[in-house]
Amino acid sequence: MTKLGPSAEIDWSNDVFREMKAREISLVATVPDGGLTRLLNMCEDDHATRVVTLTTEPEGVGVCIGAWLGGKKSLLAMQSSGVGNCINALGMPATMRAPCLMLVAMRGQWGEFNPWQVPMGGATRPALEAIGVRCFDVDAPNRIGETFAAAADLAFHGGFATAVLIGQRAIGAKGFGRDD
Amino acid sequence: MIDSLERRPLVAEVLGERGDALVVAGLGSPTWDLFAAGDRPENLYTWGGMGLALPTALGLALAVPERRVLCITGDGEIMMGIGSLAVVANQAPENLAILVLDNESFGETGQQRGLTAGPTDIAAIAAGAGISATMTVRAGNQVADLAQFLFAAVGPRLAVAKIALTEEPWALPEKDGATIARRFREAIMGAPRTTDR
Ligand SMILES: Cc1ncc(C[n+]2csc(CCOP(=O)(O)OP(=O)(O)O)c2C)c(N)n1
Repeated sequence: MTKLGPSAEIDWSNDVFREMKAREISLVATVPDGGLTRLLNMCEDDHATRVVTLTTEPEGVGVCIGAWLGGKKSLLAMQSSGVGNCINALGMPATMRAPCLMLVAMRGQWGEFNPWQVPMGGATRPALEAIGVRCFDVDAPNRIGETFAAAADLAFHGGFATAVLIGQRAIGAKGFGRDD
Repeated sequence: MIDSLERRPLVAEVLGERGDALVVAGLGSPTWDLFAAGDRPENLYTWGGMGLALPTALGLALAVPERRVLCITGDGEIMMGIGSLAVVANQAPENLAILVLDNESFGETGQQRGLTAGPTDIAAIAAGAGISATMTVRAGNQVADLAQFLFAAVGPRLAVAKIALTEEPWALPEKDGATIARRFREAIMGAPRTTDR
């Protein structure tokens, strides 16, 4: 059964999924984050979308580049801590001028209860920018869909690595008090 | 113990059976071997992204299920992304084959001893990850079987070739990543459209 989160998560997940479909993004590579649950469940339930569960996030960079070389569009969805795992891998889309679209659920910022998430949460955007990824912060749930669309179009039309950083404020109180 | 299997003739003989297969090579020596066997647009050379040759080949195999995809890489390179074997096994692409050129060393960086010189067995790891078709090759008279194994049966499958630690003459392909990627992509998809959408 799909477990539903708060209504804001339902809404923005629907928005992102719709923008994925509009662009024929048919593969999602992921190490999951709690904030992405609803979206990932929608992808799992959709026969036209393949979910590639990874052991570590940089694999997703390779999977997305390989899929693009073969003519398919894909998305790498992960938690902000996973960005730290990806840095050398992200040299590959930069060198190849290959699109690499990322959706990052931020941790370690708005009201974080787990101090282990804080260092990488603070380093996520600077690290991505240091390796040439164009970053789009979004804190308002009703803007996540359009922000995702903008990042996707920049990636696939321009051949850029782009990342939508969904603020912990938008992901909401869901994670608070839980040790994930 | 490694006997006298040499990487360049082995790769050339295997690729003689490639047909229209797409080949993704790991950084360093496997990329030089692929280029030395004959430059083709269906070759994806890499000069970086250590650990990503197999995930890249996986993404490609999922995108073009009608084409055979071969990943040729080194023991050091695949060990860096060894979890990818589990990802491959779970996705189970029938068109993907993997050839590990195992010289038990980091040849490219000065021939330092690698992990497979010890107790580590990449074919056994692959089997444990869920890739049931595995093969280990140690002698020249197995190379014809190896080519059959890689190109003529349902994947995913992985072969380890235990090769000699040698220093080969330089054979350096195109270095610009965008040029390599564009040529490879056009070989698969034809000339680009005005929009990628
Ligand atoms: C992340 C990273 N670490 C280290 C290196 C340096 N490096 C380049 S090639 C290589 C060895 C690769 O060994 P293997 O895949 O076994 O190939 P061989 O040269 O032995 O055939 C290393 C360590 C690198 N390029 N990237």
